[in-house]
Amino acid sequence: MPDLSINFAGITSPNPFWLASAPPTNSGYQVMKAFDAGWGGAVWKTLGVPVINVSSRYGGVNYRDKRLVGFNNIELISDRPLADNLREISEVKKRFPEHAVIASLMVQSRQEWHDIVRQSQDAGADGFELNFGCPHGMCERGMGSAVGQEPKVLQMIVEWVMEVAQKPVIVKLTPNISDITEPAMAARRAGADAISLINTIQSIVGVDIDHFAPYPIVDGQGTNGGYCGPAVKPIALNMVKNCAQHPDVRLPISGIGGIENWRDAVEHILLGASSVQVCTAAMHFGFGIIREMVSGLEQYMVEKNFQTIYDFVGKALPNVRHWEDLNMKYQVKAHIHEEKCIGCQLCYTACEDGAHQAIRLQAGTRTPAIIEENCVGCNLCSLVCPVDECITMERHDDGTQHLTWKERTAAGNIPTTFNDELAGGRHHWVPEPAAALGKERHKTLPGKARALGVIEHKTE
Amino acid sequence: MAEFSTPTTAQEFAENFAQLKPNMSRNEALYESSRCLFCFDAPCITACPSGIDIPQFIRQINSGNVTGSARTIYEANYFGNACGKVCPTEVLCEGACVYNLQDVKPIEIGRLQSYATTQAIAENKKLFAPGLANGKRVAVIGAGPAGISAACELRALGYEVVVYEAKAQPSGLTLYGVAPYKITNEEALAEMAYLQGQFGYEVRYHAPITGRDDLAALEAEYDAIFLGIGLGHTSALGLPGEDRANCVGAVEFIEALRQRQAGTPVGRMVVVLGGGNTAMDAASEAARLGAENVVLAYRRGKDEMGAYHFEYDLAKGVGVRGLFNVAPLEILGDDYVTGVRFIRTAVADGRVQEVPGTEFTQPCDMVIKATGQAKQTHFLHHIPGLELDNRGRIVADAVGQTTNPQYFASGDARNGGAEVVNAAAEAKVAARGIHAFLSK
Ligand SMILES: Cc1cc2nc3c(=O)[nH]c(=O)nc-3n(C[C@H](O)[C@H](O)[C@H](O)COP(=O)(O)OP(=O)(O)OC[C@H]3O[C@@H](n4cnc5c(N)ncnc54)[C@H](O)[C@@H]3O)c2cc1C
Ligand SMILES: Cc1cc2nc3c(=O)[nH]c(=O)nc-3n(C[C@H](O)[C@H](O)[C@H](O)COP(=O)(O)O)c2cc1C
Ligand code: SF4
Ligand code: SF4
Ligand code: SF4
Repeated sequence: MPDLSINFAGITSPNPFWLASAPPTNSGYQVMKAFDAGWGGAVWKTLGVPVINVSSRYGGVNYRDKRLVGFNNIELISDRPLADNLREISEVKKRFPEHAVIASLMVQSRQEWHDIVRQSQDAGADGFELNFGCPHGMCERGMGSAVGQEPKVLQMIVEWVMEVAQKPVIVKLTPNISDITEPAMAARRAGADAISLINTIQSIVGVDIDHFAPYPIVDGQGTNGGYCGPAVKPIALNMVKNCAQHPDVRLPISGIGGIENWRDAVEHILLGASSVQVCTAAMHFGFGIIREMVSGLEQYMVEKNFQTIYDFVGKALPNVRHWEDLNMKYQVKAHIHEEKCIGCQLCYTACEDGAHQAIRLQAGTRTPAIIEENCVGCNLCSLVCPVDECITMERHDDGTQHLTWKERTAAGNIPTTFNDELAGGRHHWVPEPAAALGKERHKTLPGKARALGVIEHKTE
Repeated sequence: MAEFSTPTTAQEFAENFAQLKPNMSRNEALYESSRCLFCFDAPCITACPSGIDIPQFIRQINSGNVTGSARTIYEANYFGNACGKVCPTEVLCEGACVYNLQDVKPIEIGRLQSYATTQAIAENKKLFAPGLANGKRVAVIGAGPAGISAACELRALGYEVVVYEAKAQPSGLTLYGVAPYKITNEEALAEMAYLQGQFGYEVRYHAPITGRDDLAALEAEYDAIFLGIGLGHTSALGLPGEDRANCVGAVEFIEALRQRQAGTPVGRMVVVLGGGNTAMDAASEAARLGAENVVLAYRRGKDEMGAYHFEYDLAKGVGVRGLFNVAPLEILGDDYVTGVRFIRTAVADGRVQEVPGTEFTQPCDMVIKATGQAKQTHFLHHIPGLELDNRGRIVADAVGQTTNPQYFASGDARNGGAEVVNAAAEAKVAARGIHAFLSK
């Protein structure tokens, strides 16, 4: 069996799955339950100054029948008394000495930072996570993302913390910034031991179209909140990658954002994370999801012959390149596996209306055909096809040639006119504009039109 | 042992005749509509005789525009709610759904269709209005799917419409013929009331048009006459003993069932004669009424039955037993039926032949003849110049105009007996035909 345990900047835990600082880590009760269920660590719900919350706090994005593909909240940091939280931290630590308990902190003055770091240290926390991320409610008071968006302020506060911290310090970054590596580098300059990202993204999750107010609605009104859940994973992955690749960051990364199964976790790890944190999925499905996450990760590691997490931390990073480094000689074209096709013609209409008119209908069958000379290899049809592996993208170049934009630029070999031999799209045939007119009506006419006496006519 | 005990209350009747396509909850409609792929040039539309824009109405349900969805449905088919429940969707839209090719359950188009329209009916959503009055008048004979659909379309075009119906209630066989586990009387009538509220045509009940005098009066009073009279009574078999009590026609048996519900009398041992969908319905219905033994007797082999496979499966599922390659010779008994004398048959060169010496008696106390509906030829002969084809169907052109130009026809009377959806679709076209004719 592979070894799932990690040592994250000095914080050890039996597996890389931590609960993110959020409602699931609100209390000792929840954290013990989570550890019992199999979670490796927990970042306690952020401790700090006294706050009060509003009622009606969360909003969701549903996609068709799928609930909470995106999630947002307007909640603040822990509203429980600090003393209760600290007492429960020690209780959990005593009961689960092997598990990671990290105190998430957010206060204002140097003195307050010193006090709260010492207090949580005394309570037995294995490390700290400085919450510079909350995009609502706290920033108005000069905390949270107000700090995370100002690398200088961030650096100063981290330095205050480092003055007293005897346990590893993780700086949690807000994604509400144009270049995530700036605060990451500030954290490093201040001597932080690690970074975690992303916190929630400033968002309006939806608008109540009957009451003209954004969700979640508080007495007829709403405010911007913090966005998370499956929908934010792509943004998180990119930011994790940016920090992992930056030569001046070089800090362990705890990946957060849209992780709900082992596969999401593996993706974060392949882009440089060495622990992962989960919030929304635990709020949606409860702590039980950890069983699937652990078993999936184990199975993946067995199949790939990875002994430890560190065998694949950042393993995809060398393959994440700038556009100008990509091989322009590589050529794929769509291929329809006719025996699998169910004839929905989504590929046809997608390529016809949304891509390059490289798919045509055929007489006597609903299975469309690829017009190879027009296929630019954009993938769209294979993405819309509802049947697994029915449209595959097949390689057409012989794999012997390699030429990047960068190399071409260096060789003074970039196209100068649109008709240049080197220019793209040259062999790609585009129909005359007027050929479009009336085309939409070449399909089976619905009954309304039929009754109006429009003659039915079909292509082919 | 019978599968069902004889229902004595409305509740028991509803249980025995539980809806095959029950109404969807909002949640189920959301899940199911989410699965639709929104196919290009969708094959389900092509397969729908009324050409409802199915991906469109399903997408409208999914985005929460249920009223718009109902509009999409009704624009193509005024019996949109009934059709969602009574259409043989397995061989129409759902049979054509691309999911079948993946061996995945096809989209439940029928139930989604009823979902959207049920909501529009319940909330009495205003979707249509009569067109600007054009001063012309059309008489519609028959308030079945054909007649009512024609009336709606004609009203939308500005005609004054009076529907003459022999029976006490509208919707034709949807109310008097279709199996009660497909649609309830309340549902059928609610759609009728909804349509009449929107379009404002007049219906005269208990108003059969019976002979030359009636027709002459209509011809004088109206600019055009639409024939939506459907078919007639169950055809006679011409067998000895056919007139004994408890030997009934399927259409008449089902009509009584739809009206009397739990109180419908049924035998303990029932023989149903026929191999079409009506025979399957009658057999199922007899079983659900508590008959202990229901035998479906057909002249040919099982695979040659005209009924849809799923209809036969449905009958088998409630305990009906098939008896194939037998022909009835005589209905036995005194005043009442006591049995049927059969002879076995064999099919040679596509023709059914009796096998000598194979007679046998099947005891029973009720016989239901599901041997087809007669055409209303006698009545139709009163219309001057109206041609019928050799099977008694009204001859008409592509827009439903008959050989007497004042008369148009659609539905069972013209197509010889099909489904509700065909009657609804064809009548819409015929109404357009009337409009074109009267606009000349
Ligand atoms: C037993 C049975 C089960 C069926 N099951 C289904 C099913 O599950 N699904 C499905 O889609 N289809 C089913 N059908 C077929 C469907 O009911 C018919 O195709 C459809 O009703 C035809 O509509 P129509 O308007 O042409 O005729 P009808 O529905 O027969 O309506 C004709 C109307 O005209 C009236 N009328 C007739 N003559 C006169 C007159 N001279 N004066 C005044 N009024 C008159 C009648 O009383 C009747 O109301 C079934 C049919 C039968 C017999
Ligand atoms: C209701 C709610 C409250 C949160 N509170 C905190 C908090 O107190 N401190 C913090 O650092 N992050 C907080 N977060 C952010 C999460 O820890 C996490 O960074 C974010 O939700 C992204 O992860 P996910 O996609 O797994 O949810 C909160 C998130 C939610 C949904
Ligand atoms: S890959 Fe793109 S261009 Fe090629 S057929 Fe598919 S959609 Fe069209
Ligand atoms: S999208 Fe896939 S299944 Fe649909 S028509 Fe194209 S190839 Fe066939
Ligand atoms: S064929 Fe099926 S999946 Fe495609 S549009 Fe019709 S109902 Fe939807």
